[in-house]
Amino acid sequence: MSLDQSFVGRSWPATEPYLVGREKIREFARAIGATDAEYLDPEAARAAGYADVVAPPTFPIVFTMAASRQIISDPELGLDYTRVVHGDQRFAYTRPVVAGDALVCVNSVEEITSRGGHEFITTRTEVSTEGGDPVVTVWSKLVQRGVEGAA
Amino acid sequence: MSELASESVSTVEVLQPHTFRVTRADLVRYAGASGDFNPIHWSERTATAVGLPGVIAHGMFTMALVGRAVTAWAGAPDAVVEFGVRFARPVPVPDTDEGTEVVVTGTVKEITAEGHTRLSLTATCNGDKVLSLAQALIRKR
Repeated sequence: MSLDQSFVGRSWPATEPYLVGREKIREFARAIGATDAEYLDPEAARAAGYADVVAPPTFPIVFTMAASRQIISDPELGLDYTRVVHGDQRFAYTRPVVAGDALVCVNSVEEITSRGGHEFITTRTEVSTEGGDPVVTVWSKLVQRGVEGAA
Repeated sequence: MSELASESVSTVEVLQPHTFRVTRADLVRYAGASGDFNPIHWSERTATAVGLPGVIAHGMFTMALVGRAVTAWAGAPDAVVEFGVRFARPVPVPDTDEGTEVVVTGTVKEITAEGHTRLSLTATCNGDKVLSLAQALIRKR
């Protein structure tokens, strides 16, 4: 089944704010083995110029992946999640995420393509504060593998 | 990778190889921390049923390990301006105490007009490149 091309260019309403918790950043940092003090210790983070513990660069995936369910779980799109693998991932940062942030996500679909029996969808998520200050832009390309299952 | 050891490349221009050990326990911990509970990252039965060699690491876990190497090189997490990868090959993680190893290296590709440094990154597992087009842009210090 092909993905619905009419999704290209569509945007979705901003998600409910995601509250970035200090303990969540610590949990994520420990899970990836990041032991630098600015991820774990508020005092060390403040000394380094952050408002509170700072998130490692890939931390935004915690809430952008959840936010993108707005798109990928829509039955109209026609994505079979059991055949999906992660293709590409990119982050462009205005500033790092820190504990205490309340962040909203605005999702859009940039591209849907088909090649070699596989379907590709690129989503873009603009992450900003509730006041609209940009924080990070996140692109994810998902690959729905062909039924013959090459690759 | 032998060229990384070349005397002609100074240590400030290369990201020294970082070796990360990855076990099933790491994948379980990452699943909980990230909220990505896709069973291909913890269930051998599910992974093999969809044609994978076995349980594989989350792509975003591999990217996070590369991110550790990048932030260590950059000196601070807020020095990273852009970070992107393509997941080229899965990282199979056997159910052993040793698990597997991911080796991350990198080189300076260019200094941009703004003075930022563009790093070209590689991650390998069992000698295979598991990422392609992996790059990070680091703010001028």
